[in-house]
Amino acid sequence: MTATALPLPAAADPRGATDHGSRLSWIIPDTITITWRNLKAYGRNPDSIFFSSVQPIMFVILFRYVFGGAIHPPGVTYANYLMPGIYVQTLGFGVMATSIGLSEDLHKGLIERFRSLPMVDSAVLLGRTAADSVRNICVIVLLTVVGYLVGFRVLTGLLPFLAACALLLFFGWSLMWGAVIIGLTASSSETAQLMVFPLLFPLTFASSAFVPVATMPGWLQGFARNQPISAAVDATRALMIGGPTAEPVMKTLIWSCALIAVLIPLAVHRFSRIAA
Amino acid sequence: MTEFAIEAVGLTKDFGDVKALAGVDLEVATGTVFGLLGPNGAGKTTAVRILTTVLAPTGGHASVLGHDVVREAAAVRATIGLAGQYAAVDENLTGHENLRMVGRLTHHSKAFARTRATELLERFDLVDAANRPVKTYSGGMRRRLDLAASLVHRPPVLFLDEPTTGLDPRSRIELWKVIEELVREGTTVLLTTQYLEEADRLAARVSVVDHGQVIAHGTPAELKATMGSTVLALTFDEPGQAAQAAGILERSASKRPRLDGTDVELIVDGGTGVVIDALRALGDADLEPATMALREPSLDDVFLSITGHRASLDESGADGPGTAPGPDAEAAPGDPKGTAPPSTPPDAPRHVAATSRGAS
Repeated sequence: MTATALPLPAAADPRGATDHGSRLSWIIPDTITITWRNLKAYGRNPDSIFFSSVQPIMFVILFRYVFGGAIHPPGVTYANYLMPGIYVQTLGFGVMATSIGLSEDLHKGLIERFRSLPMVDSAVLLGRTAADSVRNICVIVLLTVVGYLVGFRVLTGLLPFLAACALLLFFGWSLMWGAVIIGLTASSSETAQLMVFPLLFPLTFASSAFVPVATMPGWLQGFARNQPISAAVDATRALMIGGPTAEPVMKTLIWSCALIAVLIPLAVHRFSRIAA
Repeated sequence: MTEFAIEAVGLTKDFGDVKALAGVDLEVATGTVFGLLGPNGAGKTTAVRILTTVLAPTGGHASVLGHDVVREAAAVRATIGLAGQYAAVDENLTGHENLRMVGRLTHHSKAFARTRATELLERFDLVDAANRPVKTYSGGMRRRLDLAASLVHRPPVLFLDEPTTGLDPRSRIELWKVIEELVREGTTVLLTTQYLEEADRLAARVSVVDHGQVIAHGTPAELKATMGSTVLALTFDEPGQAAQAAGILERSASKRPRLDGTDVELIVDGGTGVVIDALRALGDADLEPATMALREPSLDDVFLSITGHRASLDESGADGPGTAPGPDAEAAPGDPKGTAPPSTPPDAPRHVAATSRGAS
């Protein structure tokens, strides 16, 4: 047996690195490593970021200039009414990136590699949703710039605006856990993408995102008023352009916490049962 | 220290109705290379996934360096490296970043991860490509990086799932050399392969698996001895001639020839004399082969001599969901002529040429 050039690392002692107490303390460093790796991937594929921001910009233009002239929300310009809806819609459909990313990791064998390493398993999921939340920060900045170009103005102030951004990120993070389950379940990343769309489409359009709910037929209003996208849109709108904030913000927080409470255990369970 | 680095007793794994593993026993001596030889869908990958804690077994138990793969998965993970046939490296990261990531995820310092990454890239001849994204790598380079990634934390036990499948001959030989070097340094290696040649070159002991069961085990030399070291392959112009030739050879040779369309193959283990006798018998009958070749025996030949059927390549999804389809998924169904006996594998593994296991 030849002598090794470098000192043997601690991991060569199976007991050293892996007793249960120390494992939990690795959850943050492992999550940071996975987040770093996911962000690198986004950085290396600027074209995919570019094309995924084309669609929300087209929606801004479509609603602002094509439909907007016919929509008259009371007491507010349509640009101001529209943009909070666009933020929520874009973050909502943005969860496709979470599904696609995890699905690709799964089908390219990376998850298998991760699972053979002495890392904390759930860091794979936490690192994915953390990276996608960083991505959402970029999306919010981009949409704010676009919004200002088409006449959107924050009427409340910097702090309420930042509070709205924080709420959007939290709400977006809660939605991502549904996308995690889809990404781990779908047979391919294309299928994952197709599965997200029909779930989010009715939630986004039968909501207060683009038109006042009061203009919808009665049977639809019940749904539109009591679903999470409307809550998030109303809260964002109140924090950015004014109006009563407490109720929609509370509703959004409750929805987010409820989604997290249900979806995270399901996602972790799904992850632990992959291919088993 | 246990005598065996890897031990498995009665491992079973069901995927719904499919029995991917139907009771597999393994013992891999510390510091040796062990080969799991079998066709696609035999259960090789499933066995590796269980031994590397990626998958839980349905029944039986297994341990790596004395740690149970189910109850002490974390301890097992700290001592093993896994390199798979699907080359699980991150395409969007560079080679150096991939190795650093694994260094961090095996809980080493940033400085160690960096040094170790550079060292491994040098060892695997990837220095020039170190800072290029992996998606620009060739298949052979990816495979070398994958192997390097499995070595970051210097695991004493290494699992290689079809390490050279799909590689060109030169890359294959390079990889073999690296594996041999690792073993000289004291690493225990379990590798799966479809190539008898690969098992012969690398492994001290081999288990042949089929339909989730070990159907034979021994040293590569013992395996080859069961069927002779050379195959005489003849091709005729007409299937009729081939059938006639097979009939003649069946009477004149000690082993049964194999007939497949216009091809006739005969295992010749008695040196050139057997070949001369065979050709003379054909010459006497005025049967002249269109082509003639002598070749090394393949996995197919091993299967034929052990089980009486060819290495059946029926894809029953036995290696489980969750992975990309194998490159050989389009492979032809076994036993095209229907001439072989029923393909039920024997219940007990057959120990070829009953010698002691001190061979390693």
